[in-house]
Amino acid sequence: MATEAHGAEDGGLVFHPMDQFIVKPLFGNGDVGAFTITNVTLWMALTVVCIIVLLVFGTSRRAIVPSRSQSIAEMMYGFVYKMVEDVTGKDGVKYFPYIMTLFMFILVSNFLGLLPMAFTTTSHIAVTGVLAMMVFLAVTILGFVKNGAGFLGLFWVSSAPLALRPILALIEVISYFVRPVSHSIRLAGNMMAGHAVIKVFAGFAAIAAISPLSILAITAMYGLEILVSGIQAYVFAILTCVYLKDALHPSH
Amino acid sequence: MEGDIAQMGQFIGAGLASVGMGGAAVGVGNVAGSYLSGALRNPSAAASQTATLFIGIAFAEALGIFSFLVALLLMFAV
Amino acid sequence: MAEHNLSPEAQGMADALGVDGDHAGASAGMPQLDFSSFDNQIVWLLITLVVIYFVLSRVALPRIGSVLAERAGTITNDIAAAEDLKQQAIDAEAAYEKALVDARAEAGRIVGETKAAIQVDLDKAIAKADAEIAARAAEGEKAIAAIRDSAAESAATVAKDIAKDIVSAVAPGKIDAKSITAAVTAKMKG
Repeated sequence: MATEAHGAEDGGLVFHPMDQFIVKPLFGNGDVGAFTITNVTLWMALTVVCIIVLLVFGTSRRAIVPSRSQSIAEMMYGFVYKMVEDVTGKDGVKYFPYIMTLFMFILVSNFLGLLPMAFTTTSHIAVTGVLAMMVFLAVTILGFVKNGAGFLGLFWVSSAPLALRPILALIEVISYFVRPVSHSIRLAGNMMAGHAVIKVFAGFAAIAAISPLSILAITAMYGLEILVSGIQAYVFAILTCVYLKDALHPSH
Repeated sequence: MEGDIAQMGQFIGAGLASVGMGGAAVGVGNVAGSYLSGALRNPSAAASQTATLFIGIAFAEALGIFSFLVALLLMFAV
Repeated sequence: MAEHNLSPEAQGMADALGVDGDHAGASAGMPQLDFSSFDNQIVWLLITLVVIYFVLSRVALPRIGSVLAERAGTITNDIAAAEDLKQQAIDAEAAYEKALVDARAEAGRIVGETKAAIQVDLDKAIAKADAEIAARAAEGEKAIAAIRDSAAESAATVAKDIAKDIVSAVAPGKIDAKSITAAVTAKMKG
């Protein structure tokens, strides 16, 4: 049924906004195994290539007066470095490469996903879920390693009235465990929603009367998506910094 | 017939879940508006609070994304 | 197979919204929830992240960090050098001012010395001239005195002669020359 459903369109508008997210092998039509070369592989490899071109080859001249690509790389570095330093403090700076990795991966994946016919790796909950769980586990383990049982003070709001504290503690615990969920769903949901909406508008372009409007809407959505791509990468990185700060300094 | 009714319920549920995104829109607008009014009162302190602004927007937006997710699940996964 | 009972309209609507109409097995309508592709995505994601992490932490970030540090160092050095040069300029100006003041003082001193030296010479010359003048004056006075003496002597001689003549004319032989001379001398002194 699933395979013939696409063939059974009997006229009218055809929307398949979710087809762009299907993971399929690049070569052949076999099953998707763990190490199959899929479109995920292709776009992640392109992400790596873009990051290497920007941050390694772009800065290869080590110029005192930077070239264009070098100043972009330096801007990224300075932006993330300042964010880590501002949010987590001086002792969070040694986790900077990790946050930079997350930020660059998400940013470049988001932007690559905006290319026509591209596959957006960050729109998949599997990908963002792993990213968020890595942050969550790393932060939790780091919190207990650095602070021991004192890390649990994160949940015990000592500034609140005593009667309220157990209730607040419950809320804090719940919100702590919701973190990886919201962290991952936010990114995946934003990416998925934007791309699906563009696809839906693109489907409307089949009707001649409203196709100019549809193209206008796609253009507007595309602009919004560029903004969202940058902001979501920033938000993911800054929330990672906030969680890291909680692990390093659990007291409220 | 049963399938029809089930599908109808699915679509209605998805539509209802989408209403939740309006709440996120109100929340994000509130955060950004409050930031702007505060920033206009004290522009010198505005630059240092952009990180807080984005964190606030992210938290407000996350809840809208949850309702969006529920809608998507109802549409495609149930 | 309940989907086969869907009315054509419902099936059309389902298609229009991108709903596959059924979800046979694991392939759900949402590719994000297709769990069969999760292991593939996770494997490639982890490989990607490890590669990016190593590229960034081994190559890119140290390089950018060193470039930024180098630039900051260069800027600091340049500013320090500029400060240094400015200080040097100020010092040079101060030295120039000092040299000027010194030169003025030196010039004043030399003028004073020269003046003093000239004054000494002048004094010496004046003293010499004074001495000469005094000597000349003394000589002149001596000469004048001599002349005066000789004139007085001559006058006395003339007076004695005239007196002798007068006496001899008035009373010849009665008065000797000696007493006449004594009388004239006494008269002239008186």
